[in-house]
Amino acid sequence: MERPFVEISGVAMRYGGVEGTLALQNATLDVGKGEFIAVVGPSGCGKSTLMKLVTGLWPATAGTLLVAGQEVDGPLSIAGMAFQNPTLLPWRNIIDNVMLPLEVVEPHRRQLRRQRAMYEAKAQDLLKLVGLGGFDKKFPHELSGGMQQRASLCRALIHEPALLMLDEPFAALDIFTREDLWAVLQGVWMARKPTVILVTHDLREAAYLADRVLVMSSRPGRIIAERVVDLPRPRTLETTYTPEFVSLVHDLREHISAARKGEEVVHGQ
Amino acid sequence: MASDATLPAAAAVTTRPAPADPTMSPEAMRRLQALALAQRRRRRLQAWLPWLVIIGMFVIWEAGVRAFNVQQFVLPAPSAIAESMVKWWVPLLDNSWQTLMTTLIGFFLAVIFGLLLGVAIGSSSLLYHGLYPLLIGFNSVPKVAVVPILVIWFGIGTVPAVITAFMISFFPIVVNVATGIATVEPELRDVLRALGAKPSDIIRKVGLPRAMPYFFASLKIAITVAFVGSIIAETVAANKGIGHLMILASSRFDVPLVFAGLIVTAVMGVAMYVAAVAIENRTTGWAMRGQNDQQITVPGV
Repeated sequence: MERPFVEISGVAMRYGGVEGTLALQNATLDVGKGEFIAVVGPSGCGKSTLMKLVTGLWPATAGTLLVAGQEVDGPLSIAGMAFQNPTLLPWRNIIDNVMLPLEVVEPHRRQLRRQRAMYEAKAQDLLKLVGLGGFDKKFPHELSGGMQQRASLCRALIHEPALLMLDEPFAALDIFTREDLWAVLQGVWMARKPTVILVTHDLREAAYLADRVLVMSSRPGRIIAERVVDLPRPRTLETTYTPEFVSLVHDLREHISAARKGEEVVHGQ
Repeated sequence: MASDATLPAAAAVTTRPAPADPTMSPEAMRRLQALALAQRRRRRLQAWLPWLVIIGMFVIWEAGVRAFNVQQFVLPAPSAIAESMVKWWVPLLDNSWQTLMTTLIGFFLAVIFGLLLGVAIGSSSLLYHGLYPLLIGFNSVPKVAVVPILVIWFGIGTVPAVITAFMISFFPIVVNVATGIATVEPELRDVLRALGAKPSDIIRKVGLPRAMPYFFASLKIAITVAFVGSIIAETVAANKGIGHLMILASSRFDVPLVFAGLIVTAVMGVAMYVAAVAIENRTTGWAMRGQNDQQITVPGV
């Protein structure tokens, strides 16, 4: 069998020294190459902590973390990130925002000046893919929240990262925009097949997008359940009304409720 | 994407953009035109208002001086000041040119060193904690007390004025640039850090652009206080400059000329301020959104 792309084993994170809060405990999970996984859990369960550890923004206090077979010991340039807020730079127009990673990540950084036209075309294609064609010269404040989030997604993808980390990227959007963007994200993933780790507290979002959903307990976070989603792709909004989908969401829901009360669901599948 | 000349989203709160829409009812069209007209009138008034206020002030001043028969060496009337300006225009121009130059040299030195030090202490908390108390102490010293020392070091002339202008305008620039860089949102920093950006990348791509609105806001303060600095130095020890001219005039009880000097100084200050604002608007328009966007566009108007 092929080696998993992301291997997380026994990872823990404690803030503020030995006496500090334990945010994450004994997290163990593998993510295959090109797989889309979602991590759900009650708020404050250490989902975002997991994100920061995998991207190397923070060092873990215990356990080992391997991405592409290599120990994570600093920020990973093979990862693209999108956060709950679009975090676009307000002084740059959309295309310059999308191209920001190219100014930082090697080898693009060296080639950017010479091959600007090629990179710009690439950025335009991405913008079209998420439905932002023609908005490239607009500034972030001229776009709605959903459009900004689309641009943020493009920025996470422009340097063709092998690993896409999404930290509640749609949490600040209204439900209609969110559902639109699910389809957009699914389209991007099916077209490019990056490995995706999506952190969310929206169970329908997790079930719609992911191949596999992991449920975390409340703080200190542990992984308490795992569900494989074998619904056919591309999934549509219609899918979300099928009995399989509904019962999956229901099942996840039960685990979350239990996690919030601090107990585990005993009954099996 | 046909809406190019329309307004950004912020202004859509007041009215909707108005592309030439044939289906629009004449009633709605008329209302929109009336709104646009009212707004243009308001803008015209806004543009004229400062001039009206200044002229009004001079008129009241003149009338007051005449009505109460105020002595000229107490408060000269604007007409007397104008007369004095015409009479002494050559020395006024000569000395104000000197003051303008010393002020600008001091100011530009302050911009260069202020930017450098601001970036340094804004991006390193070690430097910040180390240097800040010293900077505060330095800024608390009354500049007029330093001028005699400068005169001992550099002699009477242009140099003490330049240095005083520099010292007084340096601090607001440092503090503002440092604040702009130190308050970069952690999320913005993470976006770059997650890509493996070096600290210098983060300062260049996020810190500096983000500090620009703070920087330009400080320029407006710095240029006006730079005039204060150079004129203080000129009144204490100089043989040229508008401050020196005012001291000479007051020692001869030529109060209209003193006031003429004051007005010339004010005009220079305002002119420099306006220049700073113009540069600010051109370079950091993104930070001013929602203030200039409030315009209503009407097809064919």
